[in-house]
Order: sequence, then C-alpha cells, then structure tokens
Amino acid sequence: MADALFRVRGLKVALPDMTRKPLFGRAPLAEILKGFDFDLPARSVTGIVGESGSGKSTLGRALVRLIEPTGGSVVFEDRDITHLAEAELRPLRRDLQMIFQDPMSSLNPRRTIGAIIAAPLKQNGMGDNLRDRVAEALKRVGLPASFASRYRHELSGGQRQRVGIARALALEPKFVLADEIVSGLDVSTQAQILTLLERLADEMGLTVAFISHDLSVIRRLCRQVIVMRQGEIVEAGPTEAIFDGPAHAYTRELIAAIPLPEVDPEWLGAVSVGRRG
Amino acid sequence: MTPALEISNLSATLPNGLRVLRSVSLAVHPGEVRALVGESGAGKSMIGKAVLGVLPPSVRVAEGRIAIEGTELGGLSPKQRRTLIGARTALIPQDPLTALNPSRRIGPQMTDRLTKILGWDAAKADARVRQLLDEVQIRDAERVLRAYPHELSGGMRQRVLIAAAFAAEPRLIVADEPTTALDVTVQKQILRLIAALQREHGTAILFVTHDLGVVAKISQKVTVLYAGKVAEEADTAALFAAPRHPYTRALMAATPRYTDPLASLKPVDDAVLAGLAEEIAAADRDWRAPHG
Repeated sequence: MADALFRVRGLKVALPDMTRKPLFGRAPLAEILKGFDFDLPARSVTGIVGESGSGKSTLGRALVRLIEPTGGSVVFEDRDITHLAEAELRPLRRDLQMIFQDPMSSLNPRRTIGAIIAAPLKQNGMGDNLRDRVAEALKRVGLPASFASRYRHELSGGQRQRVGIARALALEPKFVLADEIVSGLDVSTQAQILTLLERLADEMGLTVAFISHDLSVIRRLCRQVIVMRQGEIVEAGPTEAIFDGPAHAYTRELIAAIPLPEVDPEWLGAVSVGRRG
Repeated sequence: MTPALEISNLSATLPNGLRVLRSVSLAVHPGEVRALVGESGAGKSMIGKAVLGVLPPSVRVAEGRIAIEGTELGGLSPKQRRTLIGARTALIPQDPLTALNPSRRIGPQMTDRLTKILGWDAAKADARVRQLLDEVQIRDAERVLRAYPHELSGGMRQRVLIAAAFAAEPRLIVADEPTTALDVTVQKQILRLIAALQREHGTAILFVTHDLGVVAKISQKVTVLYAGKVAEEADTAALFAAPRHPYTRALMAATPRYTDPLASLKPVDDAVLAGLAEEIAAADRDWRAPHG
C-alpha cells in the first residue's frame, strides 16, 4: 500500500482524566492512545473497530486534528499535521471531513438544512452558486432539493444522517471520518445509509475511516480493518484475511461474540448457574 | 397450562385518537422466552410498559386484555393490580444507570423490593440477594453491595439488575433491550446469564429487542411487530428457517452478517413498505374504539 493518505507513527494521545480530578487543580492525564503505527490507504474504506474504551474515537479525532497528539506523528499527504496550529489547519479542514454518530445533536435546530449545508461551503471559499451546490449535495444523498428549506426536527433519523453525509461531501473532501454513523439507526435505515456511503466513497474516490463497534458492518463496507483495544492496535490487515484467519485471540473473541441472525443453541453455551449449594 | 402472560387484542391510543398498538395478541408460557422484535416506533416497549402497568398517562388502553397467570389486570383495583404486578413480574431495563438510584448503595436497592413489596425480613432478603449475585457470577458480592452505581462497569450494573430481577422469583420478566447499550463481548456474557437463570428458575421472559441476532440466540418464540401491529408470530427456529411475512424477510435481509457480507445489509424494498402501509390502513379501517 504505497499510496497512503495518512501515515501515523508512534501516535500517542493523553487526555485529562476527569474521574480522577481533584476538587482544585488539574485532572491527571490518562493515556488514551499508547503509541502505534499504521498507514491509511488512499481511496479506500478502512474500518476501525473496538469496544468502548478502546480509543477508536480518539484515534479518529487525532486524524482530523480535533485533538492534538501528545506524541508521535500524523502525516497527511506528506505534510506533518501533528502539531499544526488552528490557523495552519484551516486550509486543510475542507479535505478532512466528519460524519457523526448522532445527527440530531450535530445539526443546528434553528437553521434550515440548506443553511447547514451551505455554511461550510461559504467558509471554504465555495460560496458561489450556493443554491446549486446545496441542491447537488442533497441529490447526491437521495434527498429532494426541497429539503433545503426544512429543519432537522422535520426529518427522520435516516434523513438526518443523509444530511450529515451531504454536508461533509459537499466540500468534496479527500478524507471522511465516519464515527459510529449508523449505531442509533434501525436496521432497515442502517442498510440504506451504509449502501449510500459505500457508493459515494467509490464514486468520489474518498478515503474513509469508518469507526464502528459492529464487525458485521465493517466486514461489508471496509477493505481493511484496524482492531483496537485499550489504546493499542491488536491487529490490522485486509478485511478478508482478518475474518478468515484472525491472528489475535481478542479478534477471535470479538467475532465470536456477534449474535448472527441464525438459530444456534450452542452459542449461549452450557453456562451453569454458580450456586454455592 | 396457564400462560405466564397473555395479551389479547390489545389496542392503545394517543389523545389524538391515533392507534399505537393495533389489536396485539401474544402469550408467554412458563419457562419460555418470547422475543418481541421490531424497529423504533413499533410499540414493543409500549407493550412491556402496558404489562408492567407503567404506560405514560397520554396512552390509553382502548381495548383488549392483559392477564398475568390467568388474572386479568383490567378486573383489579389499582392497588390489587400493583400488588399483583409487583409480586409476579420484574423488569430488566435497557440502561441500568438510570434504573438505579445514583445516591444509594447497591445492597439496599436490591433488598428493598424483597422487604418492602414482598414483606421478607432483612436477613432472608440479604441471603437471597447474595445467592443471586453468586448466580450472576459476581464473586466479590461484599464490594458490589456496598458500591454506588457509578463505581461499577456497565456489564456489572446489568448483572446486578438481572440478579435483582430474579431475586423475588417472578413468574414473568420483561427484559427491555437489556443488552443494547453493552459491548458485544459483554452482551454475550449477559445473554448467557439471562438464559442460564431463566432455565434454572423456569421464568417466562418477554424479551424486547430490535436485534434479530439476539432474537435468534435467546428466544424460543418470537413476535414481529410493525407500527403497533403483529406482522408475524412463530417459533424462533421456524421464523429463521422460513420467514413468512415480507417485512420479516426484509428485516432479515437488512441485518448485517459477517458470514455473508454481500447478501446482507439489503435496504428494505419500497414495495414491502407500501404493503405494510396498506395493511395498517386496512386494520384501522376495520377498527373502532369501543367507547367511541
């Protein structure tokens, strides 16, 4: 994979641990990412999977520089962005877009969908032909142009997530971070959103980091997978290889824990109730 | 055999007259797990709430019966109803953090139910709670009983609530998405525990979930709900072998499975949704609230 959009080396992130913060004074730092290397191949969807506390969201945030790493380096297109200041990052923001888990909280309730999609376009020097660009962005995600005049509460969960995608992709970014974007959705809606993202990523040649706790979804969508646990990479590689022959016991455990929609009396095992007698 | 729970022809309406439950019938027999599966807004939690007598005030039961071990709730005074529900049923909620009082230790929260509702003495309640903690494989019961809810992990809290639910030997447990908030590996442990305790105690469980994977693993019977209406009812094995209703088939095709990535995650066909809308409209046409 010579063609990497991101090269990450020895990445460390430490954040204040608010659960151990004294009443007065600073919270002690907790190491969330403990130093690891990987490349994110360009024009390809990479899954980042892990359970809560694995650091997968922190990793995503470090890639798009919502947080500044405390160690190691993040190189985006041959440019070291590890410690860039906000002003230096601004021209890169257009290329580093995000779709969030809960569009209900990431869409401004008091602005129309059109205004929400238009705002980042204006900020990034794409303010000409705004109306057309917004209509085009909505069309791309399968929504009619009339949605531009609606508000978020008038939309279903699936439609809101389409707007989230439309807003991110309107900027024609190089990289999209998708953090648990289907976890709050019903399965039928989830399938629509994922097939949409799959098609758009392919058509637009996007590089996507797809963060999820759901290995079944990752299997379908991602060409390669990074398995994380407690701030470290447990295993990484092409999706098929990882599913066909997971090298690490933790990966095997994660796969085995997925309840497939198939009846299998063995799955629950013969757990006996541990009575003392 | 008298069902632990029998719901017949249950309809519920909102103040604007809209039906949220549409002539729902289902039964859960002793020792049986029935999954109640549907997407958001299907009314599955509403049914659980109706059984436990905790429907929101805006929802009115317009028609139908709910019977717990043969006793119809509608025929009881509010006090009798609360006593019956308190003695024979229990809830395993989705989010253990909101179900537990954050400012009280776990121990008294678990024994309260036994002493205050069932009138057990403190020693008996304490012994019972410890036995159940042991059954849910909590080895350091002493620490857990003295802990506050926030000091335990999500999986631990859910174990505590499972122990609390089984402690009073209810005949029926309503489990409302009890593993939805958990990591997959923890979910598997919790499902195993629920199944083991259920077998051991012979409890009937109405297991509310949106996840067909969980349905396949935990239940023997299943009711598929769409827009407050039963789409399909079957033995779990039969449902997965040959789903009859187009909606069930569509749900199965939409559910991701890592063993067959290309055949799964299929968006629901518009024709299926149109068919469902027609079914709902037809059901509402033929229905009139008994009291106008």
